[in-house]
Amino acid sequence: MIEIRNVSKWYGPTQVLADASTHVAKGEVVVVCGPSGSGKSTLIKCVNGLEPFQQGTISVDGISVGDPKTDLPKLRARVGMVFQHFELFPHMSVEQNLALAQIKVLGRGKEEAAARGAALLDRVGLRAHATKFPGQLSGGQQQRVAIARALAMDPICLLFDEPTSALDPEMIGEVLDVMVELAQEGMTMMCVTHEMGFARKVARRVVFMDHGEIVEDAPTTQFFDAPASERAKTFLSRILHH
Amino acid sequence: MGEFDFSVWQPSLPFIRDGLLFTLRLTLVAMSGGIVIGTLLALARLSPIAPLARIAGAYVDLMRSIPLVLVILWFFLVIPFITGSPVGAETSAVITFTAFEAAFYCEIMRSGIQSVPRGQVDAAQALGLGQAQTMIHVILPQAVRNMIPVLLTQTIVLFQDTSLVYAIGAKDMLKAADVVGKNYNRPVEMIVLSALIYFAICFSLSLAVKQLQKRVAIIR
Repeated sequence: MIEIRNVSKWYGPTQVLADASTHVAKGEVVVVCGPSGSGKSTLIKCVNGLEPFQQGTISVDGISVGDPKTDLPKLRARVGMVFQHFELFPHMSVEQNLALAQIKVLGRGKEEAAARGAALLDRVGLRAHATKFPGQLSGGQQQRVAIARALAMDPICLLFDEPTSALDPEMIGEVLDVMVELAQEGMTMMCVTHEMGFARKVARRVVFMDHGEIVEDAPTTQFFDAPASERAKTFLSRILHH
Repeated sequence: MGEFDFSVWQPSLPFIRDGLLFTLRLTLVAMSGGIVIGTLLALARLSPIAPLARIAGAYVDLMRSIPLVLVILWFFLVIPFITGSPVGAETSAVITFTAFEAAFYCEIMRSGIQSVPRGQVDAAQALGLGQAQTMIHVILPQAVRNMIPVLLTQTIVLFQDTSLVYAIGAKDMLKAADVVGKNYNRPVEMIVLSALIYFAICFSLSLAVKQLQKRVAIIR
């Protein structure tokens, strides 16, 4: 589904991705982790072309992201993305947030979009909040709306960029529950996260990054029980024993 | 000079009313036109197409570096030259103020657009919205909302500045007061009247903007 091959990226003279290669198969959940500044967020933003890259190739469902001939908006419409800071549109109600792209991008009718939005709000447990504005919701609720907004486009895969990092601890669970459910239903997901419990529960593989490189790309149990690199060992001991 | 005689206010009212209506109309048209053209200028200034950004920037810098009264006179003299036929002082005033205010609204809209966080653009694009759709549905509504107090403050300034059309003889409120003052030989009383009207309108608008600012702060 997602193929990342030898991707390198520079900001001016600084290299932020170095020859990164990995993949996410259909129905698979892959967790990307690593210290801050390791390039994991940059990598995931390259997958739907929000960040350009200078070398290598990324393809999603066989479509090349870096190819200038690719219709990026069309591709992005099929790839859902959830952000660290939710990025709901603050001037629109929850239901308008869910309807906008369905109508403007997919060309759905207003009623169809509203029905799809309502069903998804139901699913993330927020139907009662449909007419509220994002500013009236808690962080956890906003992030669940953001997930529903991504799902409303019927995406072929979902990208998560640190979806729980900006949340108060007591709200992380409600968001992770939704993500686990999606994973168990067979949604293809690439998740940048430090939630190792989530990784253990649903990830097929863990990709560990440091300094723009993919240092390890291993099956989940192997990554946690027997990390191959010193860097991964150090990282794991830091985040598991704090 | 003698004592003040405010009885002149009574017969002046119909003239003042007509003048005030023109002033208000000029303000509203220049505001709407200025905001629309100013927004387009702001988009041009922020555009990645360098020549477009430079032309828009040059226009804004030019307008902001010349005293308004000169722009008013200059347009009044130049427009007939371009169109081939003379236009009235009123039409000239409307065109001038729209063109002039557009430069100021441009800078307001530009900072408004830049005040919308980058993540909002990412989110819109991640949903498949194109550049124009992102601008229209996501960025501009937030930019306008963030900038409403400043836009209104600029409009209050515009309302006062319209009095400068006296330079080309357009019949705004100040001109009406001036004419009545001369006819009745009571210029001071008439200037006091127009000052009071300007003050009452501008001051209440300022209060309204302050209230609005509080509400916007709460929503955000």
